[in-house]
Amino acid sequence: MSEPIFQIRNLNFWYGKAQALYNVTVPIAPKRTTALIGPSGCGKTTLLRCLNRMNDLIEHAHAEGEVTLHGQDIYAPTVDVVELRKRVGMVFQKSNPFPKSVFDNVAYGLRTQGITKLGVLEDHVERSLRRAALWDEVKDRLDTNALGLSGGQQQRLCIARAIAVEPEVLLMDEPCSALDPIATAKIEELIQDLERFYTMIIVTHNMQQAARVSDFTAFFYLGKLIEFDDTKKIFTNPAMKQTEDYITGRFG
Amino acid sequence: MELHFDQELVQVRESLLRLSALAEQSVAKALKALVQRDAALAKQVDADDTTLDQLEMEIDERCIELIALRQPKARDLRLLVMTMRIATELERIGDQAVNIAHRAEELNKEPQLKPLVDIPRMAEVSQGMIRDALTAFVYAKPDLARQVIQRDTEVDQLNRQLHRELTSFVIEDPHTITRSLNLMGVSHNMERIADHVTNIAEEIVYLYEGRDIRHHHG
Amino acid sequence: MTLRRKTLDWSGLAFTAGTGAATFMILLMLAIILGNIIWNGAAQMSLRFIFGGTSEGMFDPQRAGIFPMIFGTAALVFLMTIGVVPVGVATAIYLNEYARKQSTLTRVIRAAINNLAGVPSIVFGLFGLGFFVQFVGGGIDRLLFNGHLHYAKPALVWAAATMAALTLPVMIVATEEALRAVPHGLREASLALGATKLETVFKVVLPQALPGILTGAILAIGRGAGEVAPIMFTGVAYYLAHLPKGVTDQFMHLGYHVFVLSTQSPDIERTKPILFGTVLVLLVLTFLLNLSAVLVRARLRAGRVAG
Repeated sequence: MSEPIFQIRNLNFWYGKAQALYNVTVPIAPKRTTALIGPSGCGKTTLLRCLNRMNDLIEHAHAEGEVTLHGQDIYAPTVDVVELRKRVGMVFQKSNPFPKSVFDNVAYGLRTQGITKLGVLEDHVERSLRRAALWDEVKDRLDTNALGLSGGQQQRLCIARAIAVEPEVLLMDEPCSALDPIATAKIEELIQDLERFYTMIIVTHNMQQAARVSDFTAFFYLGKLIEFDDTKKIFTNPAMKQTEDYITGRFG
Repeated sequence: MELHFDQELVQVRESLLRLSALAEQSVAKALKALVQRDAALAKQVDADDTTLDQLEMEIDERCIELIALRQPKARDLRLLVMTMRIATELERIGDQAVNIAHRAEELNKEPQLKPLVDIPRMAEVSQGMIRDALTAFVYAKPDLARQVIQRDTEVDQLNRQLHRELTSFVIEDPHTITRSLNLMGVSHNMERIADHVTNIAEEIVYLYEGRDIRHHHG
Repeated sequence: MTLRRKTLDWSGLAFTAGTGAATFMILLMLAIILGNIIWNGAAQMSLRFIFGGTSEGMFDPQRAGIFPMIFGTAALVFLMTIGVVPVGVATAIYLNEYARKQSTLTRVIRAAINNLAGVPSIVFGLFGLGFFVQFVGGGIDRLLFNGHLHYAKPALVWAAATMAALTLPVMIVATEEALRAVPHGLREASLALGATKLETVFKVVLPQALPGILTGAILAIGRGAGEVAPIMFTGVAYYLAHLPKGVTDQFMHLGYHVFVLSTQSPDIERTKPILFGTVLVLLVLTFLLNLSAVLVRARLRAGRVAG
């Protein structure tokens, strides 16, 4: 792997008194897709939300250890969290488009950055919607309310919205778990397309999905990183028995 | 919907076609080495076999990877499994070509026993079978594959015929035994090659129809 | 095993009957009250009554006009609204979006709001008198007017302030409800896009909560139009010859006029029509206020869901 874009080193995390991550060390390769897998409660979503400090929103949650983006510790007191979140975007499990028009949804992040000229916004919005494989379906209804789209379309809209601000990294928290198989397949193809532009980190409880779309896989259990390797290796010949048990469905 | 997986499958098919071309070449070269009594060519066949073996291993590894990572179903699954099987058969065809090349080298040590008629004929049929099996694979024509299977009978007959002929040679003149045995060996190798192509044809039928016609030839 | 019902569902029937009867009773009472008012007050309705002034004779059904009371009520409600809505919404935003849920300060604020909601309205009147009229008004006069009496007296502004204080808990609670109803996912989405908390509140949360905030405003207005006790010491007048010209003037009020007619009337039987007429106008006004706010809220909701 070339120089990792994110380097997580000895990360520990607590929700109040309950520890959720134990000494996690894992590199994230640039412009590749890394999948975080493991049974419920293993800490994968916690780790994901540390990467853009969304965990800060939870009272009594705190992190210890090092998380560096391009070598800079994102938990340093001098770090502007708002800036961080512009460079590390997120797509959530349940799609959450704003109750505004399709256009306004995608333009939201751009407007908060101060871009207000309509022509510029239109260009960015179109490019984002094209990249998210949604343009053809919404180009004639940019002014309609986003809530009128189907579930799969809404999630792709959320992806378009997130990439409109041109982040370097895109975090995806179980992006397909609320979608039907066809919508899921579309988004999985999209993830593989987007790898050209963004580093992707995806949390999924569906390990087949991880196998299908990721280049690297990290397997977590009870807050610890059990194994991290090329996805090919993890799914054909994992090193740890726990990993093998989980992958073959013999867990528990 | 076009998938990234589709591109990967295309690459696997292309690898298999390359392997099949290599196997075909090996058979042709081995035969030429035999007919033209060309020792250098015989050595080439031996050397080429390494490439063939390598490619077969790569194809196997890639297919296993794709099965693990992509959870293929239906035709995709049959394609990957059959590709592995066909690759094995092609590799064995390559091995048989090497056997023929070795026997050619042995036969070159003594003057030619008799003009070669049956063996080139067997080779012609076998090579035709390989080519048609390839066409059936590339253009998804399981019926063509079925036809290929039927031609195996001719090769078997030619083998038996040559066997009888060579046996009578040996009875007449025991000094011809080395050359006769070698020629019988080559004939046997050709017959095995045809058998392998038959297997490939059966696998092609399974790939495109989902029907297992091994042992029934249905 | 058969699926046929064996016996009647007695408890279910009894429950339906009971709740149906209660509903009927309430509707009946409402009908009687409204009917009584309309029956007795309709005759009093005339353009002169509604638009005329008090100079002609407050207690004479033929000449009484209640426009000053309508004007005063409207002015009071208006000023009260522009006082209570910003303060209430800001407080609710602080409590719901910024404050740490378990901190002492938060708990103190919440306790204060709850207690404030329970204070009797007459006590609010006394508070208004002591705090707004005398303390704040007196302070302004000392600072700006060298002690000359401008603000330290009952006035429209102090009555409005007192009413704002009275309706503040309602406004805060209704706004908080509306804010809480905004799905947390929307806030997360906004923050994850690199918006600040402030931007999130103003661009995402408030627009979504607007119908609920309007509900709070409606409830506040409803109380404001009807409460009488808090304004008695802080600004309302028994009789004024002219309309209030500025916020430091006193005003007349529909609700207070009902009180006056019931207790100060020289001839109760004779002034009864005026009384019912005033009540009818008050009810219609309240109803119209509520209706317009409901319509605005409905249009906001419809604009949200449709294309």
